[in-house]
Amino acid sequence: MHFSWFQFIPGLQNLPTHVATAGFGTLLIILISLIAYSVAGKPEEALIPSQGFSLRGLFEVIVESLTGLVDSVMGHGNERMVPIIGSMFLYILLNNLLGLFPGFSPATDNLNTTLACGVTIFLLYNYEGVRSNGVGYFKHFLGPLIWLAPIMLPIELISHLVRPMSLGLRLFGNMTGDHTVLAIFLNLAPVGVPMIFYALGLFVCFVQAFVFSLLSMVYISLATAHDH
Amino acid sequence: MTNFVRSLFVVASTFFVAIPAFAEEASGKGGPMFALASALAIGIAAVGGAFGQGKTAAAALDGIARNPAAQGKIFVPMIIALALIESLVIYALIIAFGLSGKA
Repeated sequence: MHFSWFQFIPGLQNLPTHVATAGFGTLLIILISLIAYSVAGKPEEALIPSQGFSLRGLFEVIVESLTGLVDSVMGHGNERMVPIIGSMFLYILLNNLLGLFPGFSPATDNLNTTLACGVTIFLLYNYEGVRSNGVGYFKHFLGPLIWLAPIMLPIELISHLVRPMSLGLRLFGNMTGDHTVLAIFLNLAPVGVPMIFYALGLFVCFVQAFVFSLLSMVYISLATAHDH
Repeated sequence: MTNFVRSLFVVASTFFVAIPAFAEEASGKGGPMFALASALAIGIAAVGGAFGQGKTAAAALDGIARNPAAQGKIFVPMIIALALIESLVIYALIIAFGLSGKA
């Protein structure tokens, strides 16, 4: 078993590492959001941009970029998707970044965590599809022409069931592979060379969180597409 | 197929003839075939993935070269395409991990 900082905390010692890391990551997110909430101020004074680089400006940048991302991929009128997509993005990003610190391993290192995120997105886009299209959402599965239905139905079902699996496996594989490569290089050349792999790990963390949220947005917009 | 690929195939098939000899030495766990399988899995997957991602990046760079103002709009679909192609390589990597755990 590798070393982990959670060995020193008496309550968390017996939990599996990824559960303890996920709990720690959630605690961090709650702390950060409490700080952001207290810094945000009343709506009247929030209209005036803050001077220079301040904490409030930082949180405003994050929220604005997330909102802009959701707007650009899903079009206007989808502001209610911003909380779920934004929190998924930040959760995965924070858990990935925790793995870069020595002694921690990312919670997304384990298939359970990533598959849970994938299943959440699966349930979410199905719910959104039924909510916006009614029961006619299930006509999507039958394909374009009605006599193609017996062939299209298994294909569509399988491709829909594969989506959460692929979301989870992609994130899990990237994090595990990256962590393994980093461990190997730290064994080979302890000084200097692993810096490149830390930079690669940082890049991979951002890109994987970004791709996860992008793909979930694409699935949701596919499910809620009205074919008039 | 080109002549080079054909001759490469002939050379590779002579290795497969030697498989019964390896099987004699291996005992218990199934021996070197699992190691060979896991190495081949990730190796071939990496070749295919590199070809696909190379074409994606080339097309994206061509688009940016034609129209530098479209860089923001080209970047996001390029990242999606790279991640989707890479996910196939990751599936093969997971199989390679599973196989190397058996040998």
